[in-house]
Amino acid sequence: MQFGVFTVGDVTTDPTTGVTPTEAERIKAMVAIALKAEEVGLDVFATGEHHNPPFVPSSPTTMLGYVAARTEKIILSTSTTLITTNDPVKIAEDFAMLQHLADGRVDLMMGRGNTGPVYPWFGQDIRQGIPLAVENYALLHKLWREDVVNWSGKFRTPLQEFTSTPRPLDGVPPFVWHGSIRSPEIAEQAAYYGDGFFANHIFWPTYHFQQLIQLYRQRFEHYGHGSADQAVVGLGGQVFMRRNSQDAVREFRPYFDNAPVYGHGPSLEDFTSQTPLTVGSPQEVIDKTLTFREHFGDYQRQLFLMDHAGLPLKTVLEQLDLLGEIVPVLRKELDAKRPAHVPDAPTHESLKQKKVSA
Amino acid sequence: MTAIAVVTAGLSQPSSTRLLADQLAAATREALGGDAEVAVIELRDIAVDVTNNMLTGFPSPKLSAAVETVTAADALIAVTPVFTASYSGLFKSFFDVLDKDSLVGKPVLIAATGGTERHSLVLDYQLRPMFAYLRAEVTPTGVYAASSDFGSPSLHDRVRRAGAELADRATGVRTTSKPADTFIPFEQLLAQ
Repeated sequence: MQFGVFTVGDVTTDPTTGVTPTEAERIKAMVAIALKAEEVGLDVFATGEHHNPPFVPSSPTTMLGYVAARTEKIILSTSTTLITTNDPVKIAEDFAMLQHLADGRVDLMMGRGNTGPVYPWFGQDIRQGIPLAVENYALLHKLWREDVVNWSGKFRTPLQEFTSTPRPLDGVPPFVWHGSIRSPEIAEQAAYYGDGFFANHIFWPTYHFQQLIQLYRQRFEHYGHGSADQAVVGLGGQVFMRRNSQDAVREFRPYFDNAPVYGHGPSLEDFTSQTPLTVGSPQEVIDKTLTFREHFGDYQRQLFLMDHAGLPLKTVLEQLDLLGEIVPVLRKELDAKRPAHVPDAPTHESLKQKKVSA
Repeated sequence: MTAIAVVTAGLSQPSSTRLLADQLAAATREALGGDAEVAVIELRDIAVDVTNNMLTGFPSPKLSAAVETVTAADALIAVTPVFTASYSGLFKSFFDVLDKDSLVGKPVLIAATGGTERHSLVLDYQLRPMFAYLRAEVTPTGVYAASSDFGSPSLHDRVRRAGAELADRATGVRTTSKPADTFIPFEQLLAQ
């Protein structure tokens, strides 16, 4: 079981102080969060990709390359990489490059973006969202697996005798997750390739994602990658902790009430009862997180959103210390419950061994 | 047993919008020979939930139950007061948070109330196009009631006619599809 953090990279005013970090401060804060994640024993750091204010992370492999140089163990990932508007050739090359620099500590998550205008900004047509995700990923998949590619499609110029460079480290392409909030086509795509499927699982009720994960598991089995319960599932989550539950609620409430996504809407109490958000003591977070498995089956990756809504870096780092304390408990509980035939999430090392033994 | 859902956006209590809704429901039930179950949703009771759904993108359990009542019904009676020359914002907001395919083929009786007769075309210029977009099946007769219409026999006649039209359309079995039911196998997506 892997645990980690994923960040949206929003620049948000701290509602309790009125302080807004600069872009430079926010970018450096994201790096500090990544380093802290490794320090407290987390397995994964993932950054979003956005091309509009108030978000800063437009260039994930630049950031992850920098983080790679300053870390030893943590897996560097994305949440998500835009398969619709990035050129698949550039994705293939950027992430292969990152793999070499990070000694294989790289995977990535495909997504389609959170704002319509990103399509025209990159010369694409939003009405082609799903076809772009399908074609671009098919090409990316090929570029990482075939040294010489001849290819033609609808959305970019054809390739003749093309070799994307560098080749994936050890001939092992990075493991790919597909993230989706509502499109069954993407669950189907993940199942078809035997890739991982990640349900963002924050801001929405659990039932919303159960159908998609169930579909993904069934289709994973249908395509012969293993049994449905062996499919590779990741989930998001969002928590705020203090030793004392009331302190957590008191401190987080102004951030909740003013948060960009759900602020000025439902009460903190309604939202925590209706969505996976947990605000309370470490034990409450452990208890709630352990219920995820009951809804989705045994799963491989749990990422937490820890740094949004204007929380200052100092607070986020304290949160990561607490996360570092509860993760061993979660890991032990969830690993003990998982049957032997359900695999861990693939890593560069496990995929390399599989390749050697194949 | 035919399930009739009634959505009423009246705000006051008692409300003439609710009064009209009840008359329409009674007329529909009568036209069905009494074999109908009527569930009334007062949007006022879920107004905060509707707004929260706008802000968060998902319905609260209370709103979910109302949406389920509407989408699972065999027919819908939708009644709004006229505010500023149109349906009320709350009325529109409720239909805004429904899945756009959730009323496809649903028989709908549209009705509105207003202080003056001068707004009667709100039914055909505002409500009918909205339900046309949702691909609902709107009855030919819509019922507009100005304050002065209550108590007039002609309102009663229109209510009965509209109720009968809805009853005629309400007997088919409706099913709603969920997103996971409509996916396309991947080979087909790749071949597109």
